[in-house]
Amino acid sequence: MSSQPNRTPDGGRIDRANTVSFTFNGKTYQGCQGDTLASALLANGVSLIGRSFKYHRPRGLYTAGPEEPNALVTLGPKVSGEPNIPATMVPLTEGLEAHSQNAWPSVGFDLMAVNGWFKPLLTAGFYYKTFMWPRKAWYKLYEPMIRRAAGLGALGEAADESRYERSHAHCDVLVVGGGPAGLLAAHAAAKAGARVILADDGHSLGGCLHGDQVEIDNQPGIDWATRAAFELSVLDNLRLFAGTSVFGRYDGLTFGAVERVAEQSEAGWGAVRERGWIIHADQAVFATGAVERPLVFAGNDKPGVMLAGAARRYLNQYGVLPGKQVVVATNNDDAYRTVIDMADAGAEVTLIDTRSQDEAPASALVGHRAIRSHYAHELTAASGGKHVKRVTFAPVGDAKGNSDTIPADLVCLSGGWSPTNHLLSHLGVKPTYDEAIGAPVCRDPGDGMHVIGGAAGTFDLHKLVEESVAAGRKAAEVAGHKKGKSPKLPWTDDPVPYAITPSWASNGGKAKTAFVDLQHDVTLSDLELASREGFHRPDHAKRYTTLGMATDQGKLSNVNALGILAGMGGGPIAEIGTTTYRPPYTPVAMAPLAGSIEPQAFRPTRLTPFHRWHKRLGAVFTDAGLWRRAHYYSRHGPDFLSAVAREVEAVREMVGVVDVSTLGKFEIMGPDAATFLDRVYAGPILSLKPGRTRYGLMLREDGILFDDGTVARLADDHFALTSSTAHAAAVGEHLDHAAQVLWPELDVAIAATTEQWAQIAVSGPKARDVVSQVVTGIDLSHEAFPPLSVATGKFGNRPIRVFRLSFTGELAYELAVPARAAEGLWEAVMEAGVTHGIMPYGTEAMTVLRTEKGHIAGPEIDGRTTADDLGLARFVSKKKDYIGRRMSERSALTETNRMQLVGLVPQAGEGTIYAGAHLITDPADIGKSLSEGHVSTAVHSPTLGNDIGLGLLKRGRDRHFDRVFAVFPMRNHVLELRVRDPYFIDPRGTRADV
Amino acid sequence: MRINCPWCGKRNRDEFHYLGDANVKRPEADADMQDWTDFVYLRDNPAGVHRELWYHAAGCRCWLVVTRDTTTHEITDVALADKKS
Repeated sequence: MSSQPNRTPDGGRIDRANTVSFTFNGKTYQGCQGDTLASALLANGVSLIGRSFKYHRPRGLYTAGPEEPNALVTLGPKVSGEPNIPATMVPLTEGLEAHSQNAWPSVGFDLMAVNGWFKPLLTAGFYYKTFMWPRKAWYKLYEPMIRRAAGLGALGEAADESRYERSHAHCDVLVVGGGPAGLLAAHAAAKAGARVILADDGHSLGGCLHGDQVEIDNQPGIDWATRAAFELSVLDNLRLFAGTSVFGRYDGLTFGAVERVAEQSEAGWGAVRERGWIIHADQAVFATGAVERPLVFAGNDKPGVMLAGAARRYLNQYGVLPGKQVVVATNNDDAYRTVIDMADAGAEVTLIDTRSQDEAPASALVGHRAIRSHYAHELTAASGGKHVKRVTFAPVGDAKGNSDTIPADLVCLSGGWSPTNHLLSHLGVKPTYDEAIGAPVCRDPGDGMHVIGGAAGTFDLHKLVEESVAAGRKAAEVAGHKKGKSPKLPWTDDPVPYAITPSWASNGGKAKTAFVDLQHDVTLSDLELASREGFHRPDHAKRYTTLGMATDQGKLSNVNALGILAGMGGGPIAEIGTTTYRPPYTPVAMAPLAGSIEPQAFRPTRLTPFHRWHKRLGAVFTDAGLWRRAHYYSRHGPDFLSAVAREVEAVREMVGVVDVSTLGKFEIMGPDAATFLDRVYAGPILSLKPGRTRYGLMLREDGILFDDGTVARLADDHFALTSSTAHAAAVGEHLDHAAQVLWPELDVAIAATTEQWAQIAVSGPKARDVVSQVVTGIDLSHEAFPPLSVATGKFGNRPIRVFRLSFTGELAYELAVPARAAEGLWEAVMEAGVTHGIMPYGTEAMTVLRTEKGHIAGPEIDGRTTADDLGLARFVSKKKDYIGRRMSERSALTETNRMQLVGLVPQAGEGTIYAGAHLITDPADIGKSLSEGHVSTAVHSPTLGNDIGLGLLKRGRDRHFDRVFAVFPMRNHVLELRVRDPYFIDPRGTRADV
Repeated sequence: MRINCPWCGKRNRDEFHYLGDANVKRPEADADMQDWTDFVYLRDNPAGVHRELWYHAAGCRCWLVVTRDTTTHEITDVALADKKS
């Protein structure tokens, strides 16, 4: 312990038997289990932690919590470390490695401190004034220079190996803050039966009780808190989130929070470092406490100067007495706790209170202790090099008069306490200035939000207990839970009252080193300048001086700035307005927001009912949205192209079978089903007879093609639709919109049945021979069951829907059975086809087959094309209204210059056509952006023996036999093509009509 | 933001798709092209109360008319677009 010069011989809530080694700037130190990095550094007498943002002034620890403006460190090895972590929030662990920031070459000798000499140049607004001209110098000189000199820590360059997660949590009552108020409110709400989440950014609950010596239920406050936290942790309906910062409030009582997981256990939970939470609450209780303000005077940023509450917290929680000659300067009674605790710990204490003794009721509590007290005095300067050595004080308002200078190695400041109302402010709730506590506060924001304790400006412990229990109880009740009676209030004893006479800045001393915003180096003279130049309003002064815009968001500085600006003639402090806080309350790393890197994450893999068959047959799969589809079957050839070629040949010459279960499927029923579909599809549906099927186009209301599919009329009031695989969800939404929003008067019911039906297409000259062996109850002869017929037959004892639809151009049937019968159907079809050389084919062969036939698909329905562009005008009715009809009459959609569907073949009979290549007329125009269209689909056609393509080309239908060039800059590839009609095989459709 | 779906209860807005103004009415089939252009493209963008269509895609698949304040996201009413269901 001797190696820790500032450690008290006893006291504190650390485990003195368990020492912990850590390094800071490469030097090894010892701390104790239970320390934070900050308390361990203080115990070791390390008071210089970093350099300031703008002037590179030496800085030390100012606070003991998340509001820390100065002591930001980089954790971990310099190359992969995480920067800008407040040392006050880092639990000390064995082997911890931390580094100073913003200092070069070292924190003790910082060359950038020369900025301090140029301070006259770096005043408020200097960015706006100094670097105005010449304009060019910005990029070459000013910006790089500013970036090098300014900024906080640098991000490590190595990849972060840690794991992160993101998750959701739901509750009736969220309590933010685990101090006495939060503990009591959470307990009351949970006892009433509500599901409660209690979140606190500290690792051990208790909040201010860690630092303040008060009694609750006849025991030290912190012992009471420890027991209360344990009692909460065993409740089934309460979830405790320790080490969790609630950083933002969003719409509808949704909160963002980050749980620091790895810090709290050796291995972490699944070795997760941090977990981002989205918490959904019905009611929220804000027990976020208050933040102490510094006093503003020259040199108030020296290492060795800190907030009074922080100083006693280091003493009482960590057993660290950071100085022997202690000066406590205050304008309120709360700092008397520090006076008493420091004196009792053996320090020599001088008290400087801006108030008269009559205004300071707590002065009576000092009692017999040997304290030198100076009432109606204020600090005017602190001086010393890298640590404070002496302070100067004078009667308030009489700096030149009787000033006195005394030695000091620890200066504790209290400018009063400001309620932490950041989360309330996030969605625009405005706090109002309360004279009694000298700070803005918001006590009753409404909308399911309750504010208690320090956050409500309640600094009297007994009153805090009352209002916290009541708020917890009330929040639960509004959320619908009022079990039992209100819990008994604990007995409290807190002798120190809270009385304050606000004082915003010392008038003596040099304003140029009187820091208001420590993290952004904004001084009293900067505010004076802003005020003088007309920026009185806090939101103007903030932007002009950058006050409150650092990573601590001005937690210590904002209220002081309000008071200072008011005093400089901005008007009464209550009317000057406040700035708006924005999320996050504390800096949040990107990783816990992004969550874990799981490419699939929660997206399900969709497998068709035939999937096991595809696997058994050696299918190579491809992703189609969430679906896994058989791309081709590797056993059909030594390589991709030859396997696909064999599958295509099988369909053209014998018979093939393909899984089309991924098509979107919908059942439409009801007396108005036909009327409804007649308005949804561009083609006529009313005239469709039961037992017949039609190819159908859906348009968007703006006249552009939306999807193509089939409509089968099974009965007068019953239709079965298919949509493309890719648009299945959008088509469902579109149908529901038409039925529920556009025409709610129509009596129609819609069911999405994609998963319920397993569907295959059997295609090829031998298709009928195969299908007739599998299906019973339907006469499948050409005469009885011509193209576009539909009927329900039997497959064994199950129903089977048979559609005579051809996507390949061959004689073809689509068969649909309930999904559970899928494997049996596949087996039966394969068995029936074995003598006919049946072969399963994948999506690639399907694309080749439909392209040879000139059938369009997703690449052609690209959100820009109309039915006429794709040569499908015959599927569009001229006689009725339907979605998209009126707008498709617009001149832009009917002009002759539009791109139209064409077929493309290599002029020389060979060469590769690439999908996506641009089409131009003259190869001399390459690179001149004269694209007249593009190749939408390109395949190798085994039937024709060369590549073929579908494309969209300006006035394409009038340009058959023309020459165009396909330009594909990504491969530096140009190919001469001949334009033709898109029907590469069997243009009259005789093959399917047999 | 959560939407209190009449069938499913309070659900996260991730489950819904937004469409927009619920007040626009589809014109008659042969209405003036200007009316159609307004219907397809023109939308008010009020700061304040807005009746708008949301689709509960990951839920009951109902289209909802949500009355929402665009400045606060406060939702004061949620009704089924299809009154008869």
